[in-house]
Formats: sequence, C-alpha cells, structure tokens
Amino acid sequence: MRTERVRTVVGHVVLMFGVVVSIFPFYWMLVMASNTTPDIFAYPPKLVVGSHLFENMGHVLDNIDFFGAMLITLVASLGVTVLVLFFDSLAAFAFAKYEFPGRDMLFGVLLATFMIPTQLALVPQFVTLAEFGWIGSLKALIIPGAANAFGIFWMRQYAKGAIPDELISAAKVDGAGFFRQYLTVGLPVLRPGLAFLGIFTFINVWNDYLWPLIVMTDPNKLTLQVALQQLNGVYGTDYSMVMAGALMSVIPLIGVFIIGGRHFIADIAAGAMKF
Amino acid sequence: MSANTPDGPPNRFRQAMPQYAAVSPFFILFAIFGAFPVLFSIWLSLHSWDGIGQLKWVGLEQYSYLLTDPSFWKSITNTLLIWVISTVPMLLLALVIANALHNATRFRSFYRIAYFIPNITSVVAVTMVFGSIFSNNFGLLNAFLQSIGLDKIEWLSQPWGIKIAIASIVAWRWTGYNAIIFLAGLQAISSDIYEAAKVDGASSRQMFWRITVPLLRPVILFTAVTSTIGGLQIFTESQVLFGSSGAIGGPGDGGLTIVSYLYDSAFGKNQFGYGAAIGWALFILIVLFSVINWRLIGGGDDDRITSRVRRRANRKIAAEKAAADSQTAGKEHADAH
Repeated sequence: MRTERVRTVVGHVVLMFGVVVSIFPFYWMLVMASNTTPDIFAYPPKLVVGSHLFENMGHVLDNIDFFGAMLITLVASLGVTVLVLFFDSLAAFAFAKYEFPGRDMLFGVLLATFMIPTQLALVPQFVTLAEFGWIGSLKALIIPGAANAFGIFWMRQYAKGAIPDELISAAKVDGAGFFRQYLTVGLPVLRPGLAFLGIFTFINVWNDYLWPLIVMTDPNKLTLQVALQQLNGVYGTDYSMVMAGALMSVIPLIGVFIIGGRHFIADIAAGAMKF
Repeated sequence: MSANTPDGPPNRFRQAMPQYAAVSPFFILFAIFGAFPVLFSIWLSLHSWDGIGQLKWVGLEQYSYLLTDPSFWKSITNTLLIWVISTVPMLLLALVIANALHNATRFRSFYRIAYFIPNITSVVAVTMVFGSIFSNNFGLLNAFLQSIGLDKIEWLSQPWGIKIAIASIVAWRWTGYNAIIFLAGLQAISSDIYEAAKVDGASSRQMFWRITVPLLRPVILFTAVTSTIGGLQIFTESQVLFGSSGAIGGPGDGGLTIVSYLYDSAFGKNQFGYGAAIGWALFILIVLFSVINWRLIGGGDDDRITSRVRRRANRKIAAEKAAADSQTAGKEHADAH
C-alpha cells in the first residue's frame, strides 16, 4: 500500500513537471510582452511580469494592421470550417449509410489521397490559383480547403456507429429523400462529431502559415500568422512588441480551447485509434 | 430521384444520384486542387520555368542536377537530424507521461488540457518565444548557463545549436499530443491481462515490456508514422527563426529543411520547375520512411502479436478461474461432510 502511494506521488511530480514545461513558454511570452525591451535584454534577465503590457500592445497596433489581419484569419477559418462541416458530413453520411455502385472504390481513392504531402502540390497549386486570378484573395485561402479526406474519413467512422439504420428506414417510409434524411436524421445525430471536426479545422486554418505566406501576396491583406512574422522580421530588435503581438495572437484560440477542449482531446485520441 | 421515374426501369446508378452528389464536392475539389496539381508537377519538374516566361524542357536533367546539388543534400541531412533529435526523445517522454497519466486518478482533465495546449498554439508565436529563449546574447538559456558558471553557447549561429533549437520546438509542441494518443491506447488494454500477469508474479518492468508495449504497437506505429511525415515537412520553425535574415536556412544553412529549400527555390528564386522536383523528392522520402517505420515497428505483425498476447492472457485468466472454482467447490464439498 505504501509503495503504491509513493508511486502515485512520483507520478504527480512527473506530471506537474511536464505541466510547468508546457506552460512556461506562455509565461515567458507574457513576461517579455509586459517589460521594456532593454529590461528583457538585461543580465540577469527580469523573470517577473512587468507593467508595460498595454504600451507594447499599442505598439503592435501602430505597426501592423492587427485587427485587419485577425478579421481575415477569422473569415478564412470560419469559411473553411463551415464548408468542411457541410461537405464532409454529407459525404460521410453517404459513405457510411448507403450502398451505391463504386462506393468502396471511391472511398479507397479518398484514403489514398492521405499519402500526398501538401507540399508536393504547392507549386502547381499556386500556378493554378494564379490562372484563376485568386492569388491575394480570400478565395485562395478558403476554396481549396473546403472539403478534405481526413474529415470525411473521420466522420464516416463516427456516422457508422452513431446513426441507427432504423432511423433512416423510418425516414424513408415517411417519404424523405436523401438530403431530407441527411438533414433530419444525419445532422442531429452527428452533432458531437461535427463539434470536434469544427474545432480541429478552425485551429488548423487559424494557425496555418505556409499556404497563406504563398497566396496572400498583398501586404495589406495578411493573415495573423504571416503578419506576426512580418512584425518579427522588420522590428526584430523590439522584442517586447513582437511578444505582445504573439500574445495577442494566441489568447483567443487558447481561450476557445480551454472552454471547449475537454471533449476535443478525447476525440483526437479516438481519431488516432481508428486509423 | 425515385426508382419509379417514368423514363425507364429502376437503374442502380440513377438511384444513387443523390449519393454521388453528396460525395462529389470532395472529388471535384481534389481533382482541381489535388490530382491535377500533382500530375502537373510531374510535367513541371521536367522543365525550367521562372513562373512568367515559357516552360523550357530540361527533362531528367533537372533530377540529375538535384542529386548533385549540395544544398539539397544539406536540406535532407538537416531535416533527418532534426527529425531524429526531436522524435526519439519526444516519443519516449510521451510514453512516460502517458503511463503517469494512466495511473493518476486526480486532476486528469487538468493535465490533459495543460499537455495539449502547446499543440494548438501557432508555430509562429511559439517559435518566436523559443527563438528568444535560445538567443545567442540575451537568451534565457544562456543566462541560465552563465548563472551556473558555464559558458554561453551561440545556439542560433552554429549548425548543431540551430538544430537543437528547432527540435526543441517540435518536441515541445508534440510530446503532449503523443502522450494523449498513447494514453488512449493504454486505456484500451483490458486490466484483466495485468491482473493475470500480477497473479503470475510478473514485475512491473516485465508487464511494461511484455504486455504494454506489444499491445500498444498499433498506436506506437501511428505516432511514429505521423511524426515521420510531420518531421519531414518541417518548415515554419526555421522560416520564422531565419526567414527574415536573408539566408533562409540561417547561418551556414544549419536550419535549411527540405520544405524551406522547396519554398526558397520556387517562391524565393522563382525556379518553379526545380521546386516541383524537390516536392517529388520529398514525396519519395516520406513513402520510404513510412515503409521503414512500418517494418521496424513490425506493423505487419500487429494482429498476430496482439492476438497471441491476448490469447495467452485469456488462457491464464480461465485457468485461474477454474482453479479458484475447484478450490471453492472442494471447500464446499469438505464443508458438506
């Protein structure tokens, strides 16, 4: 019994140490964002939160169009998320619950697309979008990502278990067509799965860097991540301001995550187990 | 679309029209933004093109040049080194954390959220923080080294320091994620198996290597493969650290990764054909390493090994039960007399 207790304590010590390592960079970000740059560069460095946070945040707003970038990022993230939720769940519903000629072949093709790294298509994708005249516009951020294989695969696994065949039969008897069945039977049952896919997609688009770096060429229309890097590049010496910008960019997402994160983590793990 | 449309007998394809419509957005988008670009990139990789003028056929010469390009090989070595020094400690740590999480009964959801937060944070912001921690002159790490009487290290000026800095960012972001995945795997293992092993007098180390690890194989394989694919695609870390300094890979190109070389070739130097060729090299590497991973961790044997362990455990449980039953039966028998 005693060794059991010792082991529990050791376990918590290990875990708490890990928590400190996980959280420390955020604390350090706050320390740098709330002190003046000369204070950060002093030796020994200041390790506590200072009083210049709002002043540094103000500098960020003076130097980049922070809220403009945030708005673009928000529109892109929401746009992709809404489209992905609709297209992916609709496809998943069909794949999971209906027999149709070529279904398994189509699903096999879909799975095969997992193998293609996004960077492989980067150059020709850019060329294609340039042909369309989409470079620099929100369309370039939203449309190519509007449906994805991961989401369909994941929602299909979810739909298989979550939607009882009887419900679909009942809807059929009532004379509902396929889309009616999707709306009345599929969507309500799939809601928890949609919540996960929605948060997952939103976070990914919000944090994406390489794609917006390539397609958002207009300096007045940058996403948050690219604008942040510009701040870092041009004013690299004003660390306090750069960190204030970084802090402002991570707070909204972390807030959303802490509120809705519990189920999300369980679903991430469940998703991995299904592969 | 009902089967009884007046213009003909029920047709399986026609009946399935709504389903085809439902799955079509993905396939249409994939055709335009996935399949076509991928096929086009084969064509492009055989040409020299600056993005504006005419495509000039160079054929396989592009690839033979690629294979003799020192920067390309440097980007591969860098990427692999960063991958190894981030992934190995990361997966081992994740396993330790997952074990501790599995045994912890209190604060579980607090731990899970704390461990997951690094993963949802943007790489750009995180890299800026790590960049300042590893900073040559004023970094926290060097201040710490000095305070314990050691010399400063020019982390961001030398090849090894750069790689360690980038690997730390990767490991910091993904350790918690992998721990959560391992935890889910641990929770899927039935406690009966451990009970049976305990009855047999197995030590906790034996249980870990003989039960936990073999039964966790599919999950370990998943994390190894995803870490490989992610590791070969590292870009943002080195771009944020060095992208604005002129040389994309930093001093001595110590942080030049495959994707940053691709990005620089195509979008920095306008060598679109060459960028496409680097993309194909990356694809081949990813396939190659996924196969190696699969072999090393014995992905093909999964079912056999796990079912063997499970069978053995089940037999043992049955035997214990039978022994216990016969004992109580014997006791009752004795009592009756």
